[in-house]
Amino acid sequence: MFFLIFKRILLGLITLFIVSLITFVGTEILPGDACTTYLEREAYGAALEACYKRLGLDIPAYERYLSWAYNVIQGDFGYSLSGQMPINEVLGPRIKNSMVLASAAIIIGIPMALILGIITALWRDKLPDIIISTLAIFSMTIPEFISATLLILIVAIWLEWLPGIVIVPTDVTFFELLPNIILPVIAIAMIMTAHMARMVRSSVIQVMASDYVQMAILKGVPYWKMVFKHVLPNALLPAINVVALTIAWLLGGVVVTEVVFNYPGLGRLVIESISNRDLPVVQALAIILASIYVSINLIADVMTLMLNPRLKTLQIRK
Amino acid sequence: MENRKENPKNILSKVLEVLSTMASKPSGLIGLSILFFHITLAITSPWFVPYDYKAIDPTLMLQAPSSEYWFGTDSLGRDVFTRTLLGGRIALTVTFFGSLIALLWGGLLGIFCGLVGGKIDDIVMRIVDAFLSIPWILAMLLIVSLLGTSIEVLIPALGFFYGKGIVRVARAATHDVIAKDFIASAKARGHSNMSIIWNEILPNVRDAILVEGAMRWSWMLLGFSSLSFLGFGVSPPTPDWGLMISNARGLMSFAWWSVISPIVGLSSLIIGINLTADAFAKALGIDRSTKAPV
Repeated sequence: MFFLIFKRILLGLITLFIVSLITFVGTEILPGDACTTYLEREAYGAALEACYKRLGLDIPAYERYLSWAYNVIQGDFGYSLSGQMPINEVLGPRIKNSMVLASAAIIIGIPMALILGIITALWRDKLPDIIISTLAIFSMTIPEFISATLLILIVAIWLEWLPGIVIVPTDVTFFELLPNIILPVIAIAMIMTAHMARMVRSSVIQVMASDYVQMAILKGVPYWKMVFKHVLPNALLPAINVVALTIAWLLGGVVVTEVVFNYPGLGRLVIESISNRDLPVVQALAIILASIYVSINLIADVMTLMLNPRLKTLQIRK
Repeated sequence: MENRKENPKNILSKVLEVLSTMASKPSGLIGLSILFFHITLAITSPWFVPYDYKAIDPTLMLQAPSSEYWFGTDSLGRDVFTRTLLGGRIALTVTFFGSLIALLWGGLLGIFCGLVGGKIDDIVMRIVDAFLSIPWILAMLLIVSLLGTSIEVLIPALGFFYGKGIVRVARAATHDVIAKDFIASAKARGHSNMSIIWNEILPNVRDAILVEGAMRWSWMLLGFSSLSFLGFGVSPPTPDWGLMISNARGLMSFAWWSVISPIVGLSSLIIGINLTADAFAKALGIDRSTKAPV
């Protein structure tokens, strides 16, 4: 088992290495560079050369990649171009704010998805299933920016219950942030819940149809005991991986949602840095978001391995 | 494998059969009708829209819905009804051709990787994994700010980016098929590699790839309209739902009509494509509900 986990970690690191190459090359071939953007119309002659020298753009690209990668491994992303401050200082509060948003959505979303998924599976094709499944299709297919806009229109503008747009500085305390995050959290949790509930549903249905559950029914095991002891443990295991992939996929949706609500998180930084051609920040964001994706998947893989007794013995066969 | 050569008549009857299976369930029927409605609308709308979509008139700013302007007017005095009717054309065109490109390169590369295996397969799959782990929004924004936002850029960019998921599916399906006995017997009969790919493998992985492509279509539409919404998609004054929503959003506290109509348009199209793709998967006997949306 440890061999498998080790292999997964190694694969994750290779993936991150390729991501860093892709983003470095990608940002490198963007038309215009930091200096032409920064100096605008004065970008010629001595000023341009001085700027190149100052930002170290006069050395070959592969050398810059190596020194950049070396610094990133030590946790130093360099300097942001527009703000002229260390990227770590730019990122810190943004990461914290996005983490608050994402974890609130996950804390609400996962239990909701479990409950709804189990209900729809046990009452398959009955009224509760039809209602919940239909709602789920709506909430998972409608784009984040539409559900977020509708939430603002209904809850913030028509009912005037909550603030529609987050107007807070980047570094606020958690309690100042709280009333502002309710609507964004609902917007993200809705989509996440719908996706996961659907997976839990089909996973439970699959297990319910399996031989050992049929056997348990024939043996006369009480219904709810059978559900909790035989069905759920086996049904939820394969769901872990899929849930992880869904969370990772939602990173993109979080970006859009943050823009709609003007939320000071990583997502808005993505848009700002790309509009400003702030390439060092774009590179840093790509690495961070990809690391989040890779580690969520890694955690899911490890959890599946730990919880699956069949895979534990694999090391003997290897 | 029985019918070695599929003639056009066979394909047509197969298509009709799949369509009728899809329409036999209410959700599939609804999905197909919505999709059909949107496609018809997109093709025919330029001939019957009541006003010019880019005619700006400051005296008509933010008019409420009336008998003259059914869905009201927007902040530049343009007719919202006209712009909503036209708003699906670009989205449908871009995502349809984008999905075709995604299907082609994703399917071919996936089948190739599944066939050759070994080192090449490993390297390609690593690169595909790396692309998968960059959030779609960041990658699309990078591509678009690199190459611009014209349709000629958006279609291949979306096609490329959404094809990487198809690579995985096509590769997995090929892996499943390649271990089967009929491949070994075709090899023993002395068929050429091309003949084995064309006659034995392709018919067996086709369904999985097509279903994946249909799902990609709805996600691509989501991605495309998110880009438009963020201001990185098609440029104004082109009527596009994502763009219309983003323009009208700031004024929705007193002009809700200009944001509701594009919302209804885009949501119904995405739901229609999704229901259709789901029904398509079910009609071909593929269970998609346990898959993650990557």
